[in-house]
Amino acid sequence: MKRVLALCAAAALLLAACGEADEDPLADLNDEDPTTEDEAAVDDIDPEDPETIPGDAVEIFSWWTGAGEEAGLLALIDMFQREYGYEVVNSAVAGGAGTDAQAVLTSRMQAGQPPSTFQIHAGRALLDQWVAADAMEPLNFLYDEEGWWDTFPDELLEMTTDEDGNIYSVPVNVHRSNVLFTNLEAFETAGVEPPTTFEEFMEVAPALEAEGITPLALGDNETWTLLHTWETVLLGTVGPEMYNDLFSGEADWTSPEVVESFEMMEQMFAYINDDHAARNWQDAAQLVAEGEAAMNIMGDWAQGYFSTDLNLEPGVDFGWEPTPNTGGSFITVVDTFGLPEGAPNREGTIDWLRVLGSVEGQDTFNPLKGSIPARLDGDLSQYNEYGQSTYEDFQTDTLVPSLAHNSAAPPNFTDAAMAAVVQWMAQRDAEAAAQQLEQAAADYLR
Amino acid sequence: MAQTTGAEVASGDLGAVPDEAGIARRPRRRWVRRAERYLPILLLLPSVIAIGVFVYGFIVWTGWVSVSNWTSFVRDLSFAGFDAYTRLFSDFRFLSGLRNVIVFTVLFVGVSVVIGLVLAMLLDRDPWGAPIWRNLFLFPLAISFVVTGVVWQWLFNPRAGVNLLLERLGVETLPMWYVSTEIIPGWRWGQIEVAIPVALVAVVVAAVWQMSGFAMAIYLAGLQGISEDLREAARVDGASESQIYRRVILPMLLPMTITIVIVLGHISLKTFDLIFVMTGPGTGYVTDVPAVYMYESTFRANQFARGAAISVVLLVLVVALMAPAVWARNRTEEAASE
Repeated sequence: MKRVLALCAAAALLLAACGEADEDPLADLNDEDPTTEDEAAVDDIDPEDPETIPGDAVEIFSWWTGAGEEAGLLALIDMFQREYGYEVVNSAVAGGAGTDAQAVLTSRMQAGQPPSTFQIHAGRALLDQWVAADAMEPLNFLYDEEGWWDTFPDELLEMTTDEDGNIYSVPVNVHRSNVLFTNLEAFETAGVEPPTTFEEFMEVAPALEAEGITPLALGDNETWTLLHTWETVLLGTVGPEMYNDLFSGEADWTSPEVVESFEMMEQMFAYINDDHAARNWQDAAQLVAEGEAAMNIMGDWAQGYFSTDLNLEPGVDFGWEPTPNTGGSFITVVDTFGLPEGAPNREGTIDWLRVLGSVEGQDTFNPLKGSIPARLDGDLSQYNEYGQSTYEDFQTDTLVPSLAHNSAAPPNFTDAAMAAVVQWMAQRDAEAAAQQLEQAAADYLR
Repeated sequence: MAQTTGAEVASGDLGAVPDEAGIARRPRRRWVRRAERYLPILLLLPSVIAIGVFVYGFIVWTGWVSVSNWTSFVRDLSFAGFDAYTRLFSDFRFLSGLRNVIVFTVLFVGVSVVIGLVLAMLLDRDPWGAPIWRNLFLFPLAISFVVTGVVWQWLFNPRAGVNLLLERLGVETLPMWYVSTEIIPGWRWGQIEVAIPVALVAVVVAAVWQMSGFAMAIYLAGLQGISEDLREAARVDGASESQIYRRVILPMLLPMTITIVIVLGHISLKTFDLIFVMTGPGTGYVTDVPAVYMYESTFRANQFARGAAISVVLLVLVVALMAPAVWARNRTEEAASE
């Protein structure tokens, strides 16, 4: 029996060898072709293992792997290479709105092996982690050279500047987090208007429900969406000034306005879909797209999902408003890139940042990504109706940072806030949630 | 062919013995004797050092980090006392995770033992196609928990998989499986509800599917080690078949049960991949486990002290499970050898 098996194996090997030889007698020669070698090298690159990154390349570390964002990044890299001709390594780590990339980045920074540059949300995630650990180089010289000080909104620059006036990163794009997406047809059916305040929300919700439409779509299978929803409600109950004071540690988290934000969310959550725990943010947005639900609170990446993935037309198939009580305020989620201390190929990295901050760079990237430029002089004609209206708000509204996306607070506070909101979801105890936040603020914000 | 090599090896061994003896009689140089005494120590040294540094060294390091002030990206190893621990034990998420992992372990190990035992007893009677069945039940073991997690996530997705089947069969209220937020029967103890989160049942099914084959294999080996004479003797003494199982076979399988409980128990307490892939922490932390909390604390929230404290608690849990089991097994082995 064994002999038969061995024979079979030998025969199979022989056949395989013949097959290979027949296919392409020049295969061995072709292997020396430089292009194939390069491709093999790209396949071997592993963002988690710095040893696989060529030392003289500009390594760009991000979590841009989704359809539109990857296209935008590749277009930028293409532009950078045409202008400057550096070797570029695109180290993109997929998954979890950047949370997996954050884990890889943390371990690489702790090991003292930073990438040339990395994607980071403007705000405390940058300042309280990497800047506080002296891991970043100030970029004031680059802002001077390029004359960038007046091209970006002040509030945005403040988010990446430390107490000594040193600025540490270049903003590429802006997303808005406090958006209420609506299904216009559903509102027509119910004969009501999309709400702009909490009172209006409480009036239209029963009307929608009476028509068999779920008033508010929620998908909290990934828990960050809860924190995201809550931060928009918090901004609605406390206003932009106190919102900023809360995160700077000046205001008291046990204030009645904060407690009210949880009570308000409880009232709103009386109108959510039953299967919220089974849905992620796309699934929740889909309910609105299909008309099963009327409203969804999400960042404006949901607009990219509606327009690009579901082929819906902005203003016709879906509408948008600032979330209740937040008109005139704009919660920003800003992607930036910085210059780590000891970055491989420092010169190349600085040139990459030049491309990122340029108006051409921003107008190449943002239409593909579905976001708006961080500069104030972007070319409006490049963007769709949603982008144009948001860009106008961006230029006039009060800009505040997002908590759920690591801009408003350091990661340890964000984590504590997430825990407080998830616990509130299970127990619905507004006072306890506020107490927990106050404790976290005492530990990590003051 | 194989036989000749076997014979060669055997004769070679035999030939070596007189040589060895011959050398031993000759007076040796002192350094050879000394080398012989220290050589084993020298050879063991690399692995002793490696284990010392990479296992025990890092246990000590983790313990130190857990009592430090290291709660942001900037390393701060100053002593903070048992702050991280006292916080953990009033932390809703950690207590929920602890409840979940204990419930999960009891259900998973218990069900695996029962199913493994039943399968082994059935297969031990040599039914038709026994080798096929045996391999069939063992195959899931070859799959990683990540793959199991992805597959069962789809099977138990409330809007796909099993539920489509149930819908066809006319079931009205479809189960929510791992996204259910119910906790039954819901006894409240302090902050958390001490009971069985329904969502965990789906995870237990996936884990049992993968690991009950392991329990079966161990029991099968145990059953095959029980000689037929014993059963015959019991029958001669007038025992019924059920009595033979209860009084003779099951007690003799005790060492196997202990092995299974140790192996599956420690895997279960440290569960990370299955939960991470299949469910995540879940709404209200109904499917969170300490290992996932540890990962998120350390790498996402930069709470290095809390991450280390969770690791230490996990270590204590595993030791608490293993120590009595290892002790019990040593005793049964001693008893068996006497």
